[in-house]
Order: sequence, then C-alpha cells, then structure tokens
Amino acid sequence: MPDPTTATLSEADSKALLARHGVPVLDERVASTPAAAAEAAAAVGFPVVAKLCGDAIAHKTERGLVRLNLPDAGAVRAAAAELLAAATPDDGDVAVLVAPMVKGNRELIAGLHHDPQFGMTVMLGLGGILAEAIADVVFRLVPIHREDAYDMIDELRTQALLGQFRGEPPVERDALADVLLGLSRVAIDEPSVRAVDLNPLIVVDGRPLPVDALVEVAR
Amino acid sequence: MTRPSDEQFRALFEPRGVVVAGASTHPGKFGFVALHNLLASGFGGRVLATNREGAEVLGVPSVPSIEDLPDGCADLVFVCTPAAANVDLLRACAAKGIRAAFVTSAGYGEAGPEGRVAEDELVAVAAELGILLAGPNGQGVVSTPANLCAQIVAPYPPAGRIGVASQSGNFVSSFLNYAVMTGIGISRAVSAGNAAAVTVPDYLDFYADDPATAVGLAYVEGVADGRGFFERIRSVAARKPLVLVKGGATSGGQRAAASHTGSLASDDRVFDGAVHQAGATRAATVEEAFEAAATFATQPLPRGPRTVVLTTAGGWGVVTADAISRGSLTLAALPDDLRAAVDQKLPPRWSRNNPVDLAGGETRDTIPEVLELIASHPEVDAVIQLGLGIQSNQARLMRTGPFYPDHGLDRIVAFHERQDARYAEAAASVSDATGKPILLATELAVASPDNPGPAGVRATGRLCYASANRAVTALDHLWRYARHRQRHER
Repeated sequence: MPDPTTATLSEADSKALLARHGVPVLDERVASTPAAAAEAAAAVGFPVVAKLCGDAIAHKTERGLVRLNLPDAGAVRAAAAELLAAATPDDGDVAVLVAPMVKGNRELIAGLHHDPQFGMTVMLGLGGILAEAIADVVFRLVPIHREDAYDMIDELRTQALLGQFRGEPPVERDALADVLLGLSRVAIDEPSVRAVDLNPLIVVDGRPLPVDALVEVAR
Repeated sequence: MTRPSDEQFRALFEPRGVVVAGASTHPGKFGFVALHNLLASGFGGRVLATNREGAEVLGVPSVPSIEDLPDGCADLVFVCTPAAANVDLLRACAAKGIRAAFVTSAGYGEAGPEGRVAEDELVAVAAELGILLAGPNGQGVVSTPANLCAQIVAPYPPAGRIGVASQSGNFVSSFLNYAVMTGIGISRAVSAGNAAAVTVPDYLDFYADDPATAVGLAYVEGVADGRGFFERIRSVAARKPLVLVKGGATSGGQRAAASHTGSLASDDRVFDGAVHQAGATRAATVEEAFEAAATFATQPLPRGPRTVVLTTAGGWGVVTADAISRGSLTLAALPDDLRAAVDQKLPPRWSRNNPVDLAGGETRDTIPEVLELIASHPEVDAVIQLGLGIQSNQARLMRTGPFYPDHGLDRIVAFHERQDARYAEAAASVSDATGKPILLATELAVASPDNPGPAGVRATGRLCYASANRAVTALDHLWRYARHRQRHER
C-alpha cells in the first residue's frame, strides 16, 4: 500500500539527490527519445542497462521495465522505444535511464529508515535473493561518524562475504563507509526525506555501487 | 527531563535517617518486611516508623503520622501506605526535611486510567516539594556503602562495585542473588517501579559519577523516547562500562512487555544498533549480563583482542578456542620468543601453540611461572586459564574416602589444596601486575564451590567462571567496550 503522506522520486532524481550528498553513484544519463538513449549509451560505454524512469514508477522489475546487457546502439534504440511505449497514463512524465551494465557476485543493501522511537536510522545489510531469509542487517541512529560506519561493517555476521570472494577483491571498507556516511548526510541535510533504499549495492571490483535507488520524501 | 540532583540522590542512597511510612506489626506485610530488612542489614543511621495505631514494630517505637517526628530526623521515606494517602504524606515529609521517597505502594499507572491520574499528581507534588520520587510500585533500594536495604524482598547482597537499575523489580532480586552466589558485590541497586519521575537512565547517570560504582547493570523492557534514551546511555557509557539486558527482543516478548510496562516496542535490531552506537554492551540473558558486569567490576580492560588459553588438558582448550573464534576476540598466535620461553618450563610434549596445553607436564611452580610468561608478553592482551581445582577435587575424594589420613594422604591432600589456592592467587597477582584480564574457568565453581581453587578465586575478589564459554562471553563484552572507546575517543 502506498503511503499517502509520502511520494517517491524517480530513480534518476533519487540518485541525483544521493550524489549531491556524497553517495557514490554510477555514471548514468536520462534520455527522452530512443536516439538520445543510444547517444547516452555510447557516452557511458557498452554494454548498458536501460530502464523506464518516472516519479510514479517504483517497481520496475515486476513490470518488465528493465532491459539488461544491451550491447550496441541498435539494441539500445529498440529497447528504449519499447520501454517508452510501455508507459501508462498513470506513470506521468517518463524517460529512459541509461546506465553502464555492472557485474559482481556480491550484493549488499543500504538505506535510511524512520523508526517510531529512535527516529532516522542508517541500515546496512546483506542483499540478494536470500537477504530476507538471512536477515543480516545492522542499524545506527543518524548522524553516524566514520567509526560508526566501520562498526556497522564489522557487525555484519556474514564477514566471509566481505573478504576475497570468487576471485574478486575484498570489499573496500572505506568505500562502503562512504556510502553509509553519505546516507547519514542525506538524512541530516534533507529533512523531507523519509526513506532511502539502495537495493542492490553491487560490489564491483571491491567497490559497492548502487544500481537501483529509491528516495521517499514527505509530500 | 533532567535527572535528580546529587543531593537528592544522596538522600536516596546515603540517607542519615530513614522513615518507614506505614510500618506494620504483621510479618507478612510489606510495611513489616521493609522495616525488618532495613534493621537486619545493619543500617547505621536513624530508623523511624509511622503506624496508624502508633504500635511498636520490631522494637522501633512508631508514631501515628509524619507530623509527630522530629524535624531533620531523616532524608529518605520508604512509603508502604495506600496510594490515596501519599500526596499528603509527601507534603508532611517535605516539612520535616525529607528529600527522597521510595514509593512501594501500588495502585498507580499500572492500575489503569485512575491510577495514572494519581501517579501524575504524585509526580507533580514531589517536583513541587523538591523530593526525589522513586517508584511507585517498586521493590526498593539497596546501597551497600550505607548498609542500606530498604526493600520488600531479599536478599541483601555483599558490598561491591556493580550499580543496578531495573525496570523490573524481579531482575534486581536476580542480580542480587547472583551477587550472593558469586561474591561479586553490589554498590547500589534500585527497582525503578513505574519510573514515574526517576527513570532507569537517571539512576545510571548517577552511577556514572558515583565513586562507589565501577559498572552499570540495567534491565530495560521498552523505552518511550528512544532518542532520549540513546543520548543518556551514550553519556553514561562514555564515563563507565554499561551492560544492558532487554526484554521484548522477539515479537512474543514484545507482547509480554506491552502488557507489563505498557511500552511500545521498536525493531530489536534498531535497539541493538543504538546500544552499540552508544558504547554500552548488551547481554542476551540475565546470567550473561551479571557475569559481564562482574567482569567489568573485577578485571582490567583488555588493550586488544589477542587472547591466550592456558589449560592443563587438551579438550577444554579446543572448545575454548572455538568460542574465542566465534566472537570479537582473536586466538593469539603464540610468538616465537614466548614459545621458546615456555619450552624451558615444560617437557617437549606440550602443545607448543595456543591453546597452551601443559599436557600434564607441570611440577610445583609450572602453572604460575608459565602464566606469568604468557601474560607479560606484549603480544598478549588477555588470558583464559582452565584446569583450576582438579587437584583439590581429587584431594576431596581422598579426604572423604576410607584411607584418609594414612598412606601419606594427609600430606598429598594438603599439597593439592595449597596448590589450587596458589594458582588462584597467582592469577590475580599476575593480572594486577600486568594490567591484563586473566579469567579462570571451571565447572567446580558451581559443582564444588568450596574447592580451594574456586574458593581461592573468590577470596581474591574475582569471579570464577562456571565454564570456559562463559568466561569467553564475559571477556568479549570487555573487549567490545574497550574497542569502542579506542575507536571513538581519540
């Protein structure tokens, strides 16, 4: 059930807001036509991901509004045309978000949540399809300091996932701490923000990158 | 809300005189028990009582009302009278110079809307009069520096340095019973009752500045203002170690807590994060909480996680190594120079690694000497020692068997018992000399508490842990607290 007192920002606006506060994001472009999407894809480098993006679109995957691993300009143009055609009147203003396709075996989640007693909290957890069952998440109250971010990383139970893993380097603790500190700054500097979900943060060459982001703000 | 003043807390914990209001001649009533416990604990100040008929109770001549008492005779009133009488009672107490009231009477916030109105009025009147209001609906207050046992339940604990504050009176009793059992004593203990005016964090804040208290130990069920609670416990933990145990960690427990204290439940993982962020440590069970607090009160803080296990037998060492590896501590790699030094003391079959397994190679002085080598090494932060009391356990069997004292049994029994007492003393003195925690663990601490090993540990004022796992858990609390201070206070 959508909360009537809050609104979600589009993925592009969500990421722009997060980036302003130092949360590292991918080099992504917004395009309103298939041709512009192909140009954007050339700029960020193939292969790319194309997604339909708009303030009212929160569940892209469920609606089939995400196209992965597009290898060239032709594929991007075709995908963008299909995505734009799939928009419904309820979606409002829409555009195509073009992002580099990143790969990694490890997924984390991070975010901001409001607790009824403790107020705004920063969350870090294990991501991926088993995340809910494993429920390996830690919280801290906003604001956090860098040492708190390190404490959070240390407190995850699944420490083995943070070290070297399937030929990938260990997760960079400083980079992960930067994500958490950026979230804390968002909560302090943007009082209208009610929640943030970075899900997933894919670990690429040791660096956690949010490939999807959703910011919820007070209406 | 600000906490009561130091002067008000002194009236509660170090009163010069105590009035039991509503003293009873019936030994089953709280008004009798409170007076009994106060007298039995050897309280040194004046003890006075009120009783409607002016009856003498336990040799204390009572008066019908507070107005009949001399001015300035007491700092604390222990209130056993019915709720309806207590507003007038507080006014009379203030006129006599009383600055603190422990209200054990029920019929307040826990009893529904009318009780809540009565509670609000009591709080307002106490605030207007400048009286610290503890409770209502609480079990009482203990303060060993003043030999004060103003509570309606047993026990009176041994003196020590743990400060207890609890949202539930039963937990105060539990912690005090553990203090009696282990000999690791209590400085102050208070059950906050309905915590209408003075809350658990208020008491903890006082303990943080209290020279008689080394560590805070608290039971909390729910917190109305999470942010305020967080700021308070962070301020406490910046001054002293603080161990929390919380009820309502699961959804079943949360429903029970809502009906017990009426508190709302937060996501337990958020509470957990807030506790860690504040620098307090959280225990999963009541015995873990007590043992963590007892360890803070009696051992130095480790400067790092590197732990060595010293054992007289292999299996214990393996299990202890497992326990260490599961938590925040690390099983120290045995440094080459330490290995070489221990080699000089033992036959070649010893483990030559951590756990340091003496493998039965010890002679009269081996254990204290090897312990000193290990604990003195700069790459070792803490020691867990196993095997204490084995010799005395055999001695006990010999002493009570059919052959004692012949066949040389009297001499070997005396030797064994002397050795175990010596090991206990050595652990304490090496710990004092090196400033490093050394924890001794054996099930004989509970199976045979009079065994000279565990009894010797108790005589040094330290805790003999009932298992190696429990020692590791307690040490883990100390290291997480120490690490937090190292990380956050540069």
